[in-house]
Amino acid sequence: MLEETGPEWLSEEVKTGTTIIAIEFDGGVVLGSDSRVSAGASVVNRVMNKLSPLHDKIYCALSGSAADAQTIAEIVNYQLDVHSIEIGEDPQVRSAATLVRNISYKYKEELSAHLIVAGWDRRDGGQVFATLNGLLTRQPFAVGGSGSSYVYGFVDAEYRRGIRKEECQQFVVNTLTLAMNRDGSSGGVAYVVTIDEHGTEEKVVLGNQLPTFFDQ
Amino acid sequence: MALSNIFETPTPGFNFDNTARNAALEGLFNGGNTPKAMKTGTTIAGVVFKDGVVLGADTRATSGEVVADKMCAKIHYISPNIYCCGAGTAADTEKTTDLLSSNLAIYSLNSGRNPRVVMAVNILQDMLYRYHGQIGANLILGGVDCTGNHLYTVGPYGSVNKVPYLSMGSGDLAALGILEDGFKPDLELEPAKELVRAAIKAGIMNDLGSGNNIDICVITKQRVDYIRPYQESQYKDNRKIKYKYRPGMTPFLTEKVVPLKLEVVQESVQKMETA
Repeated sequence: MLEETGPEWLSEEVKTGTTIIAIEFDGGVVLGSDSRVSAGASVVNRVMNKLSPLHDKIYCALSGSAADAQTIAEIVNYQLDVHSIEIGEDPQVRSAATLVRNISYKYKEELSAHLIVAGWDRRDGGQVFATLNGLLTRQPFAVGGSGSSYVYGFVDAEYRRGIRKEECQQFVVNTLTLAMNRDGSSGGVAYVVTIDEHGTEEKVVLGNQLPTFFDQ
Repeated sequence: MALSNIFETPTPGFNFDNTARNAALEGLFNGGNTPKAMKTGTTIAGVVFKDGVVLGADTRATSGEVVADKMCAKIHYISPNIYCCGAGTAADTEKTTDLLSSNLAIYSLNSGRNPRVVMAVNILQDMLYRYHGQIGANLILGGVDCTGNHLYTVGPYGSVNKVPYLSMGSGDLAALGILEDGFKPDLELEPAKELVRAAIKAGIMNDLGSGNNIDICVITKQRVDYIRPYQESQYKDNRKIKYKYRPGMTPFLTEKVVPLKLEVVQESVQKMETA
């Protein structure tokens, strides 16, 4: 029978229970995300691309509340467009990260989303910024979302400075796979975006093409 | 208390005063027995096919455990090329889609063109995000515009998903099983309609909150086919007699005429100036 409080899906907020990761390599950055969007115990979208473009060479990875994260990304996309027209050239990754941070900090109490900003600019090359809870810090790599807890150890142990692009892409796919295998709120396919001096490349790795580990 | 409100013009925008009143009332009812809002515990689905979009919905609206409306229309008109299925609180979906439709009509008149689906989605997302989930509307928007055939879903908190097929509502998991199994890209019209019909049927059969008939809406570049109902429930009841009373059936028992005596107190003539 229907409960008095009504069905769960009416009141459950849609979250991107997620795994997101961004890593800097020699000459650019690689971003990766899973594709599962959940509302309570139900998967609302199994193919969502959580890597959202802020500018041609700057992307952000969404996690937390789907509505909050999408809205922040859209607002910053707009602000960055205006900013880049004003300065007359491509914006810096730090500027994009600062815009995200400003919103995250100002509306800290109301919002529940964490965005990782990564990209390439002429001045500092590939950069990854974490903006959790309104801080702004540049890191060689950043992981986020509910699935990140399961892979901190792996990423800490396996990261090496100055790796090449293909190795970095494989590292991202491996990390995502390990997290998706262990975290119930992450799954689906893996989206990988590579940004370097020459351009931006978006790739999808389907479920059956993901690497397998010992338990499979 | 009520009288003084009649002569005040209401403030613009949404008024949340009643939430305080509702909270106070809930205290009086000792929790749990307050009247429930009418919800469309529902199955709605949409599929993008080769020439356009097919939307489907059941027709049951529930209020708690009672079926409030057996022939509820859940596929709402937004613009000539965009239709929207709504799940959630019936009043919220109705009003939100009406507001959206009016705004897009103004836009059409100003610009001389049909609105794009992505524009409708952005307006909806903006509005629902602003109200932080207080508006309980889960919507599936489908339409055809100059950029192609599109299907979007917008959640009550303002999240947007663009997908080739989807279902929403309390019967969504049942319908999704059918869609996941039967969907192929670039379906023809009849297989697409059949897929949506089967998906809604699964929702009706397996979910208590969905039932009665199935409505289908096919949107293509050339035309819109709003088929209501596409399939009727096989469990319809047959009424034995008509329950509608013809005018004049109420018998007069007595009749009394009382003439009102009015006297003319003042008479004034005012000439109309037509200069």
